[in-house]
Amino acid sequence: MTSMSLARGHVEVLQFLRDRTSVVFTFLFPALLLLLFGTIFGDSYDQAGVSASQVYASSMLAYGILTTGFVTMGAGLAMDREDGTLKRLRGTPLPLTSYLIGKLILVLTMAVAEAALLILVGVVVFDMPLPDASHWLTFAWLFGLSVIVCTLLGVAVSGIVKHARSAGAILNVPVVILQFISGVFIHPITQLPTWLITVASLFPVKWMAQGFRYVFLPDSMKSLEAAGAWELGRIAMVLGAWCVIGLVLCLATFRWSEKDR
Amino acid sequence: MVGGDVAAVEVRDVVVRYGDTTAVDGVSLSAPRGRVLALLGHNGAGKTSLLQVCEGFRKPDAGTVRILGMDPVAEHDALMPRLGIMLQSGGVYPWAAAGEILRLFASFAANPLDTEMLIDRLGLRAVEKTRFRRLSGGEQQRLSLAVALVGRPELVFLDEPTAGMDTEARHTTWQLIEELRADGVSVLLTTHLLDEAERLADDVVIMRSGQVAATGTPAELTAAAGIDLLEVRADPGLDLTGLKARHEVAESSPGEYAITGALDTRALADVLGWFAGVDAHVTALSSRRRTLEDVYLSLTRQTTTTVGAAK
Repeated sequence: MTSMSLARGHVEVLQFLRDRTSVVFTFLFPALLLLLFGTIFGDSYDQAGVSASQVYASSMLAYGILTTGFVTMGAGLAMDREDGTLKRLRGTPLPLTSYLIGKLILVLTMAVAEAALLILVGVVVFDMPLPDASHWLTFAWLFGLSVIVCTLLGVAVSGIVKHARSAGAILNVPVVILQFISGVFIHPITQLPTWLITVASLFPVKWMAQGFRYVFLPDSMKSLEAAGAWELGRIAMVLGAWCVIGLVLCLATFRWSEKDR
Repeated sequence: MVGGDVAAVEVRDVVVRYGDTTAVDGVSLSAPRGRVLALLGHNGAGKTSLLQVCEGFRKPDAGTVRILGMDPVAEHDALMPRLGIMLQSGGVYPWAAAGEILRLFASFAANPLDTEMLIDRLGLRAVEKTRFRRLSGGEQQRLSLAVALVGRPELVFLDEPTAGMDTEARHTTWQLIEELRADGVSVLLTTHLLDEAERLADDVVIMRSGQVAATGTPAELTAAAGIDLLEVRADPGLDLTGLKARHEVAESSPGEYAITGALDTRALADVLGWFAGVDAHVTALSSRRRTLEDVYLSLTRQTTTTVGAAK
């Protein structure tokens, strides 16, 4: 099963890299946005030594993972279903888990590259300092949980998307809305009405962004968070809960072909 | 490899519905091991729907399906390694190269065939590194066939295997299917090509409007239909009035008489008797046996409009 999964992952990655438009739009877009936001909103924080661009660089990691996981997975699966790839694979000894692991390999590869690119832009362009070892440890579990949650939700939502053609448009609606209300595009999040913060808190993106800010920003920045603290325990809890929700949704919505009822 | 008396395909009273449309309407058929069964029928006759049920892609709305003695839906995972499935189209990574795709599918099998051998056999060497979306229709079909065969299946389902292939590729494919049968592999294929069915199939099932219209070996099906054209060469300008009362007859050119219709022994004797009766000097006789195509057309013609004029 491992070799099947790896072989599938290999082809998935090849597929993605060869389709240049998807490379540019899915992969480079978050980095372009970071450059744009970072440049427009230069240095506008009172806190010593922290620029708005650095805040964007850290929060934008949540966006990067969300687009790679949720959008790539959701649209990719809808496409595989529509063009019959899933059906063809269904007619082979390949188990569903190996198919999904193959996709996860693609998402993971992309997410690692995406995170590396965003951190690189943050460090090189916006002088974002790299964190110490203990913060990297937090980064590791936060990154892992985030990728899993976004991927599972991508799989789940693909079952709802009717046509692959519209997948990109549909999937980007929740993505963009969540960026605005989760403290990614608009920081500090406390500028938003309380009820909107409550809504954002129900979804994983707010917690992902908050966690990445903990990793890359000085401790004093926690005063700008909704709770005035980093809340690492709660971040882990919410993301863990979303893993379970995502898995249940996946199992409930997964279809091999369009015609299945 | 041949597993005793368990049939390759056993379908009983299967019904498949899409909403209000009934695609397969109570079909029963049985395919023994190690034989080639061809499913014939017009587009929309229910061939692909029936195949989908056999392949485990969907549950029948009624009836039972046993593939190599197993339920293709409930026992899907155990059954798949024993099947080779060639779909009509789609479902191959468009950006991956032909060789990569074949090797990917080979990696799913416990004991795959040599992919290099398959690439050579199916004439894919020149396009091994070509991405799927750049392959011609025939090349895509050949790759699709290779993908179906790479796992050493005991039973293969081929949905219009030679559609879009050129003559050479078609012959290679026929040869491959004959080799499969020689190795004891069972084959269930759908086709529009009557010569394909006549050449390859041990058994033919003709479907019409979701039902089985006729089954038998190609020989049985054509033999049952008998002679449908008798050409007689005799004196030109005979008065045909008497013969016309009993048969379809025309003088196609001076001295050439064509008698058409289902002509059994009695009818043949009657025709020749008439020529003897008018003292005609018969110098040549030729008859045409009905081909599978004629049988097929007469069975599947649903309205009075002529469906196909392939001959």
